[in-house]
Amino acid sequence: MIGSFSDTVALILIIPVVAAGLLAALPSYRVTAGLNVAASFLTLVAALSLFVTNRPEPGPYLVVDDLNIVFIVLNTFVGFTTSIFSASYISHELETGRLTKTNLRFYHAMYQIMMFGMNLAFVSNNIGLMWVAVELATLSTVVMVGIYRTHEALEAAWKYFILGSVGIAFALFGTILVYMAAQPIVGEGTAAMVWTVLIDHAARFDPALLNVAFIFLLLGYGTKVGLAPLHAWLPDAHAEGPTPISAVLSGLLLNVALYAVLRFKMLLAASPDAVAPGPLMITMGLTSLVFAAFMLYRRRDIKRLFAYSSIEHMGIIVFAFGMGGPLANFAGLLHMVMHSLTKSAIFFAVGHIAQVKGTQKIKEISGLTQTHPGLGWALVIGVVAIAGLPPMGIFMSEFLVVSSTFARQPLLAIPLVFGILLAFGALLLRLTNVAFGEPQGRTGAVEASYFPLYAHLALVMVAGVYLPAPLVSWFQHVAQILG
Amino acid sequence: MKGLTFDIAHLLAGGLVLISFMMLYQDRLFALINVFALHALVLALSVGWQAYIQNAHHLYVTAAIALLFKAIVIPIGLHRIILRLGIHRDIETAVGIGPTMLAGIGLVTLSMVLMLRVTATADALAREDLAFALSIILLGLLVMVTRRNAVSQVVGFMSLENGLVLAATGAKGMPLVVEISVAFSILIAFIVVGVFLFRIRERFDSVDVRALDDHRGERR
Repeated sequence: MIGSFSDTVALILIIPVVAAGLLAALPSYRVTAGLNVAASFLTLVAALSLFVTNRPEPGPYLVVDDLNIVFIVLNTFVGFTTSIFSASYISHELETGRLTKTNLRFYHAMYQIMMFGMNLAFVSNNIGLMWVAVELATLSTVVMVGIYRTHEALEAAWKYFILGSVGIAFALFGTILVYMAAQPIVGEGTAAMVWTVLIDHAARFDPALLNVAFIFLLLGYGTKVGLAPLHAWLPDAHAEGPTPISAVLSGLLLNVALYAVLRFKMLLAASPDAVAPGPLMITMGLTSLVFAAFMLYRRRDIKRLFAYSSIEHMGIIVFAFGMGGPLANFAGLLHMVMHSLTKSAIFFAVGHIAQVKGTQKIKEISGLTQTHPGLGWALVIGVVAIAGLPPMGIFMSEFLVVSSTFARQPLLAIPLVFGILLAFGALLLRLTNVAFGEPQGRTGAVEASYFPLYAHLALVMVAGVYLPAPLVSWFQHVAQILG
Repeated sequence: MKGLTFDIAHLLAGGLVLISFMMLYQDRLFALINVFALHALVLALSVGWQAYIQNAHHLYVTAAIALLFKAIVIPIGLHRIILRLGIHRDIETAVGIGPTMLAGIGLVTLSMVLMLRVTATADALAREDLAFALSIILLGLLVMVTRRNAVSQVVGFMSLENGLVLAATGAKGMPLVVEISVAFSILIAFIVVGVFLFRIRERFDSVDVRALDDHRGERR
């Protein structure tokens, strides 16, 4: 065995913190961009080493189990690839003068603090600590969304901050209620906030209190997931911030909040008299899916278009987890991973496209496959994947969601399929002109970093054709845990 | 437990709800901030009293933070910001005072009915605290949605956080980590908001959030 458990987990948290300090202190942006990539890579290595190290008993604050390893590895991987994309993205922003060098020091430090917050949320075994971590990750993204200081960016950051704060307040109230439910059974003090202790005793908690707690937690963390009708911050924050932040928002931060909801869902499922969390999640998921699918048709801004697509996919994922059971959970988990990879790849492509065209308006971008084949075709592949066409990974996970729904609740499959088809139509409608229309606008060369873009797309494509057996059995196991 | 100690705790928590109501009908920014300072003061007393009856010394820290930071530092800071921005005029409330008060009464009723019903097995003091806390949270939310001015939205948010602190202290033996985090989040929130306010001022000569709504979420 390579090292002890606590060392590895500590590394996942320490590397981003140390990096954040260094990045804030160093003046040269070339060095800091490289350091950002290096730190993200080291965090990824530390996360991967969790697979091979021993896992001792969970402590009062940190835990690593089969469920959160999936999230941590995905998080650090996308964090790493986004840092590569970010390095090429920001050098262009610096040239055009949209960002200054001081801004960049701040930006890089915040990037690592955000990674720290997200990793901490995943490994925390304490529901109070988890709340603090989600809050930290949110605040660091708020300031990054507002970094351009334009009228629109400030509005987006303000909206995000206010809605996010209200959401996080509800989540804290829910957390306090969970503690109140646990306290008579587990006893006062830290033990009543430790998730592994809570799940063991959940069957004896007061079900009424747990029900109310879950509603607050679902509303609170659901705001962060971007579920309709609490999604209003999401499109603005995606469209107005730097594109690397849009990529991590869609690909990672939404997952963090989803993970929190899942943990509490497991708690509720372990209490036999509490209300079933499924129907609530199914309702919110379907609402988000259908609502976002309609909204996709009226988008004029390309980043906003894909932000609504994120709402749509989070709706599908929450729906799948709401259905529950081994198959639907498996599908939800796979869909989450595929969506993170695909959506961040799309934002990588869109970021470079918006830079080279100097606009985010869909009308002013067309004929990309002719003028910029590298980016244009990547966008085509990404949109085909996100729309759910075979042979991509999302097709497979959506197929699994739909088929498990047909098997158990055929009536629910109607709005589900309706929403998916609606979104499919909207995305292809927008794509045709952007990718294949008459070329217009600037056609200058682009200094894009293709590696993260094509690495993600390749993974998604491979996953659509072939999933390695160990991965499948791991996911099946996690789906079992999720119940 | 019963008797005077309970009555005082009840009085202070109930006082907080009352002061939340007072916030609803303030139509001047300075008055709103003064009421918020009073809110924070009563919170500090309430938390201090809880610390005394629960014999939980760490709660005195929370009480001190509420007193120093929220009842003194923040109101003074906000006064300065308002003077510097020159917006010490009337608040434009988005909804009239009458409907707002009615909505507030409805929200308090809702939280009483909900929380007292689901916490039937908890001890009396915690029950009352949770019910009052939810009322304060919802009233804080109401302040936020009925105001257009960015400063008063922030005040609404802080009163909402006061409700959370009340709930956290009412839950007996809740670990310190949460109290610190609440205080800390308020600190961060204040800094962030302060930065934003100055930037908004810089750009638009107004802290009226309506000025931000021109853009309506879509570029043309």
